[in-house]
Amino acid sequence: MAKSAEQEHPTKAFGWAATDTSGVLSPFKFSRRETGEKDVRFKVLYCGICHSDLHMAKNDWGTSTYPIVPGHEIVGIVTEVGSKVGKFKVGDRVGVECMVGACHSCDSCDNDLENYCPKMVFTYSAPYHDGTTTYGGYSDVMVAEERYVVRIPDNLPLDAGAPLLCAGITVYSPLQHFGLTKPGMHIGVVGLGGLGHVAVKFAKGFGVKVTVISTSPSKKKEAIEHLGADYFLVSRDPDQMQAAMGTMDGIIDTVSAVHPLLPLIGLLKSQGKLVMVGAPNRPLELPVFPLIMGRKVVAGSCIGGMKETQEMIDFAGKHNITADVEVIPMDYVNTAMERLEKADVRYRFVIDIGNTLKSA
Amino acid sequence: MVKSPEEEHPQKAFGWAARDPSGTLSPFHFSRRENGDEDVTVKILYCGVCHSDLHSVKNEWGITRYPIVPGHEIVGIVIQLGNNVKKFKMGDRVGVGVLVGSCKTCETCQQDLENYCPSMIFTYNSTSQDGTRTYGGYSDIVVVDQRYVLRIPDNMPLDAGAPLLCAGITVYSPMKYYGMTEPGKHLGVAGLGGLGHVAVKLGKAFGLKVTVISTSPNKEDEAINKLGADCFLVSTNPEKVQAALGTMDYIIDTVSAIHSLGPLLAMLKLNGKLITVGLPDKPLELPIFPLVMGRKLIGGSDIGGIKETQEMLDFCAKHNITADIELIQMDYINTAMKRLSKSDVKYRFVIDVANSLSQ
Repeated sequence: MAKSAEQEHPTKAFGWAATDTSGVLSPFKFSRRETGEKDVRFKVLYCGICHSDLHMAKNDWGTSTYPIVPGHEIVGIVTEVGSKVGKFKVGDRVGVECMVGACHSCDSCDNDLENYCPKMVFTYSAPYHDGTTTYGGYSDVMVAEERYVVRIPDNLPLDAGAPLLCAGITVYSPLQHFGLTKPGMHIGVVGLGGLGHVAVKFAKGFGVKVTVISTSPSKKKEAIEHLGADYFLVSRDPDQMQAAMGTMDGIIDTVSAVHPLLPLIGLLKSQGKLVMVGAPNRPLELPVFPLIMGRKVVAGSCIGGMKETQEMIDFAGKHNITADVEVIPMDYVNTAMERLEKADVRYRFVIDIGNTLKSA
Repeated sequence: MVKSPEEEHPQKAFGWAARDPSGTLSPFHFSRRENGDEDVTVKILYCGVCHSDLHSVKNEWGITRYPIVPGHEIVGIVIQLGNNVKKFKMGDRVGVGVLVGSCKTCETCQQDLENYCPSMIFTYNSTSQDGTRTYGGYSDIVVVDQRYVLRIPDNMPLDAGAPLLCAGITVYSPMKYYGMTEPGKHLGVAGLGGLGHVAVKLGKAFGLKVTVISTSPNKEDEAINKLGADCFLVSTNPEKVQAALGTMDYIIDTVSAIHSLGPLLAMLKLNGKLITVGLPDKPLELPIFPLVMGRKLIGGSDIGGIKETQEMLDFCAKHNITADIELIQMDYINTAMKRLSKSDVKYRFVIDVANSLSQ
């Protein structure tokens, strides 16, 4: 007989879970495995709310397994390490991102690209090696294999650093992989939300010129004065878009709503690259002529490998890059989800787990 | 007063032109400029019939100005040299491809990428620097700036070499630029026409495993036994497509009809590249999830620069690669165009201009 979530593992855990496609979260008792020899156990202090959490809580992608404890921007303090753990000790400030396992024997894993392993295990709502389902960071404790734990640099605040674990790596990885980090380059960032605002900060950290491309003119002041973008383009303004045609080496497109690619391809210089990191749930129209006439590329990217995630967070530490966050108590999470759906947040909610997640 | 095509230049020329969107070609008297200091005059012997010629004569892309003399796979013999021309001599076997001009000063021109110059001048249906229209190779002579003239290697037959000037460079350039040349890797070639059949030959010359992806089962025998492809899959056969998922490092998509990109993307491995060189007249549907989940990319490519075109010709000569052609007379051209629109050619028509273009 299948064990309940509370009984399947030896140590008690508590969090908030969605139990159906309404996506409404509520207190949930479950359990975590014992700290294995390669595991790191930590007390969760903060967890970022990623837009993916909202999609998964409502089963928008059809892949959710209820009950679902979301959260994959998890930070906290190590409380126990397994006997074979060499990189971490009790008291360390650590984080876990979108993955907690992979096969470790395929080409991707061998190249530190666990995120592309066909057997990659997501931090929540995924089947783990032991047959149980993974539960994420809207919870009091987390146990993960050492390989999937990153160290948070001492100078980065945990609350504002948490969103880097998904939003940060999601934009950092393609900036690096597609060669969009050379000083003097001109990079566009489409969409100014959780991903977009961090993309602006990382791009500026690399020394490139940054233009934010957005449908909301009201975001301009903050984009320029607070986030450090060099320019701001309102994508619905044809004159502004026309003036910027053929000026960008690369564009990171963070928008997950269906939207036209033609104007964005037009903004690219010859041989420019448009990298999609948002994933619209319907195909987009690809105009082929401009791609061909300018030898341009449309590519995709999905989070990053563990080695790269550590590199990203160390880079963030060096350049004092954190997310702009609104810290909320656990019981605000459903309201936060409603606001997130309307993009009403600057720019990431982070749950203050340590201080506000109380067991029933 | 605007001069007629016959009068605008000092040298008489004769060719076949389309005069309206029916695309029907017929004899046409026009003229070529005097051979300037930088120019080479070529007596045209052969000209390949590219699918772009068909799109252009029928104004399918909406940019044609009539009368239009198509033809940008031109080969022939040098019959006149400008004072500053040192690269060629009289009687040399030369070719002219898709471009006859560019600004020469922009970043792309300086990188030998004249094909991406914003002021690039096409061999036909373009405006020259002197304001006159350019006319292509379905004609007896052409006058071209030496920078845009290619040398045809001695061991390459002119008729079967002509299509390389567009079809050849159109697939060679992206194969090099996107790194699709590592021996042992797996290349998919979607579409087995003028571009596709040359891509198969180049792929084998680079040491790749090559799978042809086609909607026509009757092309399989030739793809494997004549062109040297390793595998052939019919893209409308779901089992074959399923078996090919995640197996290809790269795919060259030569198809210009509207088609779905989803199955092609699915056939790519992680980090795979789908390179599109066909020119559909409407946008294609692009599913984003597979791009994101597999860090895949779709890229375009447009012919190649002149230096690269010469490199391609030399590479093909070294590997004995030419196009498979059907040689036709000039007055067969309208029938050839109709057959081309139904893909009824293995795999490129080439007009025997010298022997059949008569006034």
